[in-house]
Amino acid sequence: MSAHAQVHAVEDHHDDHGHHHKETFVTKYIFSQDHKMISKQYLITGLFMGIIGILMSLLFRLQLAWPDHKFTIFEIFLGKWAPDGVMDPSIYLALVTIHGTIMVFFVLTAGLSGTFSNLLIPLQIGARDMASGFLNMVSYWLFFLSSIIMLFSLFVEAGPASAGWTIYPPLSALPQAIPGSGAGMTLWLTSIAIFIASSLLGSLNYIVTVINLRTKGMSMTRLPLTIWAFFVTAIIGVVSFPVLFSAALMLIMDRSFGTSFFLSDIYIAGEVLHHQGGSPVLFEHLFWFLGHPEVYIVILPAMGIVSEVMATNSRKPIFGYRAMVASILAIAFLSTIVWGHHMFISGMNPFLGSVFTFTTLLIAIPSAVKAFNWITTLWKGNLQMNTAMLFSIAFVSTFITGGLTGIILGDSALDINVHDTYFVVAHFHLVMGISALYGLLAGVYHWFPKMFQGRMMNKKLGYIHFWVTAIGAYGIFFPMHFVGMAGLPRRYYTNTNFPYFDDLADINVVMTIFAIITISVQVVFLYNFFHSIFYGKKGPKNPWNATTLEWTSEIKHIHGNWDGPIPHVYRWSYDYSKLNKDETDYVIPGQDFIPQNVPLQDNEDEMDH
Amino acid sequence: MTAFLVILVIILFGISVWQMNRIFQLAKVKPSTHSEIASDKDNNMNGYLMMGFLAFMYILTIVTFWLWGDVLLPESGSEHGARIDNLMLISMIVIFFVGILTQWLLHYFAFVYRGNKTKRATFYADNDKLEFIWTIIPVIVLAGLIIYGLFTWTDIMNVDKDDDPLVVELYAQQFNWKARYGGNDNTLGEANVRLIEGINQLGVDPADPNGQDDKVVTELHLPVGRKVLFKMRSQDVLHSAFMPHFRAQMNCVPGMITQFAFTPTITTVEMRQNDKVVEKVARINKIRTDKNIALTAAGQETLDPYEFDYLLLCNKICGVSHYNMQMKIIVESEEDYKAWLAEQPTLAEQLSK
Repeated sequence: MSAHAQVHAVEDHHDDHGHHHKETFVTKYIFSQDHKMISKQYLITGLFMGIIGILMSLLFRLQLAWPDHKFTIFEIFLGKWAPDGVMDPSIYLALVTIHGTIMVFFVLTAGLSGTFSNLLIPLQIGARDMASGFLNMVSYWLFFLSSIIMLFSLFVEAGPASAGWTIYPPLSALPQAIPGSGAGMTLWLTSIAIFIASSLLGSLNYIVTVINLRTKGMSMTRLPLTIWAFFVTAIIGVVSFPVLFSAALMLIMDRSFGTSFFLSDIYIAGEVLHHQGGSPVLFEHLFWFLGHPEVYIVILPAMGIVSEVMATNSRKPIFGYRAMVASILAIAFLSTIVWGHHMFISGMNPFLGSVFTFTTLLIAIPSAVKAFNWITTLWKGNLQMNTAMLFSIAFVSTFITGGLTGIILGDSALDINVHDTYFVVAHFHLVMGISALYGLLAGVYHWFPKMFQGRMMNKKLGYIHFWVTAIGAYGIFFPMHFVGMAGLPRRYYTNTNFPYFDDLADINVVMTIFAIITISVQVVFLYNFFHSIFYGKKGPKNPWNATTLEWTSEIKHIHGNWDGPIPHVYRWSYDYSKLNKDETDYVIPGQDFIPQNVPLQDNEDEMDH
Repeated sequence: MTAFLVILVIILFGISVWQMNRIFQLAKVKPSTHSEIASDKDNNMNGYLMMGFLAFMYILTIVTFWLWGDVLLPESGSEHGARIDNLMLISMIVIFFVGILTQWLLHYFAFVYRGNKTKRATFYADNDKLEFIWTIIPVIVLAGLIIYGLFTWTDIMNVDKDDDPLVVELYAQQFNWKARYGGNDNTLGEANVRLIEGINQLGVDPADPNGQDDKVVTELHLPVGRKVLFKMRSQDVLHSAFMPHFRAQMNCVPGMITQFAFTPTITTVEMRQNDKVVEKVARINKIRTDKNIALTAAGQETLDPYEFDYLLLCNKICGVSHYNMQMKIIVESEEDYKAWLAEQPTLAEQLSK
């Protein structure tokens, strides 16, 4: 395998010297087939979508905290949906729906996995580019198209999709049931169908690249954990996304062509519909067959990034590399057989609920192993508190906090009373929302110099961004558990119709204030990010003293990544602070890391990891 | 149009800030390189902040419990609910123990091992024994929770027909609830949305003899101490019948009948005298009185004082008025329940009118 890859690589190399073709603006910046440019395109598009998604959350947080108040800001952003500054209930549902959709798919799937898989897979395995640059380009542009359609749906007359991001039929199938299920829903489904195509093309490319294009010496057991995470993420995506596609297709059929896959016995708006024999529960199964693996599609790349950043900045090998790989594989496998825990009270057979409780609590085991291994990686380290490292530590913190409440939600008996309450909202925002965003931010801070030709982000602004975000995130989502355990259902436009919930009002205000602070400080990040692209200080070639191959590639982005031959690999990617045989100094005197492309030295022991 | 102008202004403002910054940048002298990589000073500062953050998390936990510990649901009004609460308590103790411990380790290590040029990290890549320990401990703890949880779940979900439960249909539609009692025979008549006509809003089959004595109501009354088997239907979209005080919830699915059963153990009147509920109601009424002062000043309608009642809420997004789809539940003595039910007209009576 490796030898084959090498032959291929050498050919590539000759190709590069064969012809220095001129790049036009269009081929370099727009329809680029270079993985580094595509990763930047993914990142910028993802960030843009993220800004919209997060601003939506600001709007509905304001509504939840002060339901009786009139906000001019509502009128400005929502127009006819907020006459005199009073938010319309249907646009509230649209906001939570599109917020969820954008954050899960467009930011945390495409923005996170798309960005870093594209950037790091070729660079860290020692390849000149993805297996297919063309498919990679098509993948991005399909993602771009789906983003445009999703944004376009916001301007539809009857409003965008508003049946929740899970779009359960019949609500999502019947325009009579909610205005957003008209053209808005059609556009939502179209957008997601295109998104799935984009995701599949990307994932197949990642898989093929990791399997075939590793440089000489880069065995699977020498891969950095980032690559393992991206590789397995892509496999889960290929397995589960097509199922969502089929669900979307069947929903389109039900909506437009009169089939009854998900609909039966419906009386709405004064008439009986002809639909007979379908079941919404079937849709729930299909949806969550993707929906649950999806949260691991979101979190695994973040885990990979965190492992890598943490080892580098601890100046220590990641603790238990094999266990980390095994747990990624275990999580990936289990993630496809736990979807039913979203459906304990959907009306499916209670015995099925028991099975899913069992598999769900099993998945806590590899997750716990990962958390303990990260903590042990810090132990006796020499921690370099770069911004990326801070976000990695915070990732472990929120992953633990959010993961632990999963023990309650995964237990079918306990789920009965917290299902669909704010307890769930608090749980998944901490464990996948905030954690994955921390992974994304850690990745951005860490690999910014690689993405933007040696420029670095401002450290002080990074610290301000981190500390305010870390405090704010807990400030929003920790109190939210109380709201859920008080019995308040999610997706309520206002709680004022239930005097019983009156005493939750001040918790809502506290959460919203934390949300405003946290969202505001993201402006510091955006400023730092965009400013540093153009004016960031240029750092050294390998600013974090990392061992992985990407830091041996040229600072200046060239097609093919390495000016000379592709580096060969002689060791795993975690030789940090390794001592020589006499234990007098590091293997390379005065340097606490050994890059992967440095051959085995006479004064060191070879270790089998 | 206004929206467009506002966006334009924001963009232009952003550009001007950017340009201004550019001028400042150009005016500034470039400092030495590497200044964006954490120095020992940064490591030190952030190490201490990590301990500060740990303190923040602990304080946040304590303060939130102190402030809002009393908003949580009162004691369960149903028999099985006590078991759920017990399991919840055990899980919470485990969670808090593990959470406090691991967060401490994480942040304490981040503080103690903060970087320093003179220090050297320990090359420590593996320890099979250690990893085995922290694989096996979660396995044991989770196995315990799973077993307890599954026994509880099975007991709740498997309804024993020998208990002779009271059969009640919960009927969901956008955006209200109806309940149908089986009448004297405690058997619900067949129903389908295709039979909905006029006053027969639940589509009960008029030809089914079991349906003749059914009673359709908009307020749910339950006798205390008797098992109630709810049969749930929905006529339009998914709804979820959520009765938080009874630790009960089940989705209502168009096209199928779902079910959930529980035994109410505390009457509404008794629950109103529960210490936690009395405190909560007093607090809510204080909030409402305070609001009323402002409302009166503004010349608007004032809020009624609040009295505790069990609630049935919709807990699955079902449309625009999802936030206000509720029904009152009254748990009362067997006699009161029978007296109330006797006053309700049967379906046959309603249809013959």
